[in-house]
Parts: sequence; C-alpha cells; structure tokens
Amino acid sequence: MNVLEIRDLGVDYLSGTGAVHAVSGVSLDLRRGEILGLAGESGSGKSTLANAVARLLRPPASITSGSVVYRRQDGSAVDVLGLGRNDLRAFRWKELAVVFQSAMNSLNPVITVGAQIDDVLRIHAPRMSRAERTERSVELLQRVGISADRRRSYPHELSGGMRQRAAIAIALALNPEIIIMDEPTTALDVVVQRDILAEIKALREEYGFAVVFITHDLSLLMEISDRIAIMYAGRVVETGTAKALHRTPRHPYTLGLLRSFPRLRGAREELLGIPGTPPDLRSPPPGCAFHPRCAMAFDACSRTLPVLTSEADGEVACLLNDGRGVS
Amino acid sequence: MRFLARRLGFYLLTAWAAITLNFLIPRLMPGDPVELLVARMKGNVDPAAIDAMRRAFGISDASLWQQYLNYLGNLAHGELGRSITFFPTEVSTVIADSLPWTVGLVGVATLISYLIGTALGVIMAWKRGTWLDGVLPAATFMHAVPYFWVALALVFVFGVTLQWFPVSRAYGLDVMPELSGEFAQSVLYHAALPAVTIVLASMADRILGMRNVMVTTLGEDYVVMAEAKGLTSRRVMWSYAARNAILPNITSFALSLGFVVGGSVLTEIVFSYPGIGSMLLKGVENEDFPLMQGIFLVISLAVLVANFLADLAYVVLDPRTRQESE
Repeated sequence: MNVLEIRDLGVDYLSGTGAVHAVSGVSLDLRRGEILGLAGESGSGKSTLANAVARLLRPPASITSGSVVYRRQDGSAVDVLGLGRNDLRAFRWKELAVVFQSAMNSLNPVITVGAQIDDVLRIHAPRMSRAERTERSVELLQRVGISADRRRSYPHELSGGMRQRAAIAIALALNPEIIIMDEPTTALDVVVQRDILAEIKALREEYGFAVVFITHDLSLLMEISDRIAIMYAGRVVETGTAKALHRTPRHPYTLGLLRSFPRLRGAREELLGIPGTPPDLRSPPPGCAFHPRCAMAFDACSRTLPVLTSEADGEVACLLNDGRGVS
Repeated sequence: MRFLARRLGFYLLTAWAAITLNFLIPRLMPGDPVELLVARMKGNVDPAAIDAMRRAFGISDASLWQQYLNYLGNLAHGELGRSITFFPTEVSTVIADSLPWTVGLVGVATLISYLIGTALGVIMAWKRGTWLDGVLPAATFMHAVPYFWVALALVFVFGVTLQWFPVSRAYGLDVMPELSGEFAQSVLYHAALPAVTIVLASMADRILGMRNVMVTTLGEDYVVMAEAKGLTSRRVMWSYAARNAILPNITSFALSLGFVVGGSVLTEIVFSYPGIGSMLLKGVENEDFPLMQGIFLVISLAVLVANFLADLAYVVLDPRTRQESE
C-alpha cells in the first residue's frame, strides 16, 4: 500500500552558530498513487524533507537520524538512505523523479528540451535506439501539451508554463512511481497554474504515480491533494485527508493557515492569520514549537513536546483536548 | 546572424579608429625619423641622402589629409614603411619574420594554459572540500607572481644551475632554419622554458576564474536536477555545469588571445626570443617609430580579431545569443 515510508527523519544544517534542525522526527507515509500535499510556511522544512528523500541534500545539510524506505510493487523494500552510488543513480528518475520549484532554472539553458529528455533515456534505458528515444521524447512532450517541433527549442524560447510542462515531461520519461513536485506552480500566473494542476491530475490518473506536492498555498493543496501533511518548524503537526483538514482542522496552526486566506463561497469569516514569525530553528522553543504564536496555548504547551497521534481520519500533534487538538 | 553582422560592423569601426590613431600619434610628435637617423650618424650625411631618406620613409610636406590617404593606401598594400633599426628592411618584413615565433610560442602556450587551467578549475570546483582545495593557495600565489619573475626563476634553476634547457634564442646555432626534424626538435627544445613560464604564470588565473564560476553554477537548479535525473557524474560535471560555467570565461580567454601578440614582451626579453616582443624592445631603444607603429597596429588588430573569435564562440556555445533581439 505504501510506496514510501519516512520514519523519524532528522536533517540538520551545520552552521557556525550551531546546528539548524530543519527537519526533526518526521514520520510520513506516501501511499501508492496518491497525491500527498506538504504545506507550511517558508522555512518549515518542506523542501529539505523532499530533498532528503531524493538524496539531494548537500553539505552543510546532513541527515542525522531516521530512515526512508521505498517499497516496490512486488513488495521488496529499498533503504533509500543506504543506497550506493550506482543504485542511487538507478533509483533516481526510474523510481523517483523531481519537478523543481521554477522550471526557469531547472532546465539547462544551453541544451534543447528534447536533448534533456534524451539524456535521461540514454542513461537509464541504454537499449533504446536513437529513433526510439526521439519517438519517446515527442510522445512525452505531446502528452503534456507541447508540440513535437518544440523538441528542438531551447528553454529560453519557451514560456514559463511551457517550461514547467517540459519539466513534467522529463519527470515522466521513465514512468517513475513517485514524483516530488517542489512548488511546481509558484512562479506561474493563476490561469497557467490551473492548467498545470489539471494536467498533473490527469497524468496521475493515467500513469498511477504517487505525488508529493509541496507548496505554501494551502487552498491549492485542498483542491489537488488526497491527503495533506502540515509542517511547522521542521515537524509534521497534522496530517489528514484534504476534506477532513478543510472541514475540521485539529491543529491551531492549520486553523491559522486556513484562516489566512478568504473563502470565495460560504459564510464570511474573520481573517485571522498567524501572529508572530517562525521560530529560530537553532534553538526552537521548548515544548510545542508553535506555542509562542498560539492563541490557545496553555501551561503544558511550553513544557511538553506533543507527539503525533492517530485520530479518526488523520494525525495531530497538539496537547489540546488530551491530544485531540482543536475540536 | 544579425548579431554577428552587428559585431563585425563594430570591429571594423574600431579597427579604423585604431589605424587612424596609429597614423596620427607619431605625426603629432615633434621631430621625424630622418632627423633621428641623421642624429645617430652624428650629422655626417649629405643633404641629397637626407632627401632620399625622407622619400624612403614617406615623409612629405603634403597636407595631413593627403598623408592620411597615402597611409591608408600603403596599408592596403601591406606597406608599413621602413624600419630604422634594421634599415633598410621593411617594417612588414621585420614583423613577418618575428610574428610566427611569438604566435607559435605564446599562442600555443596560452592555449595549453587555457585547456589545462579550465579543466583543473572544473575538477577543483567539483571536488571542493577535498584535498584538492590545497591547490588553491598555490594558485593564488602563482596568480600574484609577475611572469617575468617566473621566467627569471626558471632560467636560474633549469637553465643556469641545472643546465637542462637553453636560456636564449629560438633554435640552436648549430642547426639550419629549414623544414627538418632536427630544426623542429631544436625549436621545441628552446621553446620549452619560455612556454612553461607562460603556462605557469597564466594558468592560475584560469584555474581560479573557472573554479569560481563553476562553484556558482553547481548551485543552479539545473545542475541539481541533472543529478536528480541520475545522470553520471561526468555528464553532470561537463555537460551541465562546466558547459554553462565556461561562458563567462570565454571573454577573458579572448582577451588573453588578443594579448598573445603583445603580452609576453618580458618573457621574450628574458629568453632573448626573436618574437614581436623583442622587436618592440629594439624599436623602443632605437626610437624606431615606423617599427613601433607597425607592431602596435598588429597588436590592436590581433585584439580585435580575438574578440571577434570570442563572439563567434559565444554564438556557437550559447543559444541565447542566437535569439534575434528586437
């Protein structure tokens, strides 16, 4: 059922003034074929978590604890963090592909779009002939709505939306089980954003890959995700189906995020937002890291670190109501 | 193509400006070469000879405008006047004799230095944080050392003390300058020390420059993505990172190519190498204006040609420059 299991993952950035605990004690499951939304403010550790899973972290970042297990369709398990160089190369893109934040910068400016699909195929599918690779490149580009003759275009000759589509086409090249999308639509205008989201949904139906969709835009996640995980200060504070999270947010932070933008339909609500700023992750506040900004905090919040506990349709890490959060 | 046509136009304009300045500057100075020559012969020249020399040097009392047109006409035929130092040899002959030595020695050495320096810079950036970083202080040191000092040090150690290499001239006195294996061997043997000087002295710049740009490029999203795509390290390093990092370095390479002709004067002097640099020194010592003028002209044109080559390289290497800018 699960395609990816993250257990107790911790990532530190080592700096001169002490380690920054960007991700600590994160446990998260990704189910086969689902779209898992990962939301949180800037600096909450979402991208770091994604990069850790893809093994793309570079010094000074280092994984300090935990495990990431990838489960193949046949049930065999792969310890992602323990992969050697060659196994890691094979794991990347065949099993797990990444669409980066801005396709403007994630495509090589001096190589044509077609060639950037082609080099993936050449490395991972050495048996394909040149003609087969070209055919596949064209097929992929057409699948994401780019005409075949654009294969010979350089990235600067494409619009922002087209570049993002091209980046998605590259991600699809080897039919991966997992695609991590790190803010794939942030740099695009809302109309193009909508097209791309629809495209991602359609492609997921067709190919059945699982998506980890990272964004700070919770309303966008509500639309596209099956499940959502909310991160705060490097920890997962709440998970749940998009519907449940929308209807009954359990963590005060989720509630704050939901009330940070107006609803277009339904009753008028006061826009609350979240006062204060995210904590310094070199020395996060004791207890629940959110308590200094939480309107519902009480004494125990500054002493006890709440653990993620299972509820009816999700998990929450909050001390309110004996660990059931806001009800 | 419009880009190249525009650049070509710019270079033609610049070349014309350089030629005109080259014509004007000596004529704005007091005195003329014949007076200098007469002074060198301590005045023991009869007036008819002076008159003949004035004609030979192309000095006339015609208007500046007429002189300018004559100058351009002569230039079109490759006539740069006669050298005073090597009188009555033509300046064009002096330059034609010395230019191949300079281009051969400095050009090849610059190319070698560029290739090795760039490759080292790429690898050092790729392997940053390892023992290879230890090369950096050495590179910075070489970067700071003047190249004639390197030349003197090499002459002292390998030429004078160890006597492994000759310390002067372009080929041995015992061989005839002809197309033979023996001659080629002698030329290579004599070029070794000056070439090593130039490579050592200029390579540090290449290494540091390339490493810096490369380190920045390695942080780009497309390099991270290339890595995530599971490409081999070699492909990520060369086709994605180095391929982009080399673009800003093309300009500096073009500049150093342009200075091939005039830039290694001191090295040539230290090694008594019969190139353009040594000729320029002789020209200066003898107040040989026609020769200096000719050499300066060749140097300016070389810089322009090198820059044009760099523009060509840019168009080939960076698809973004091929875009028609409206």
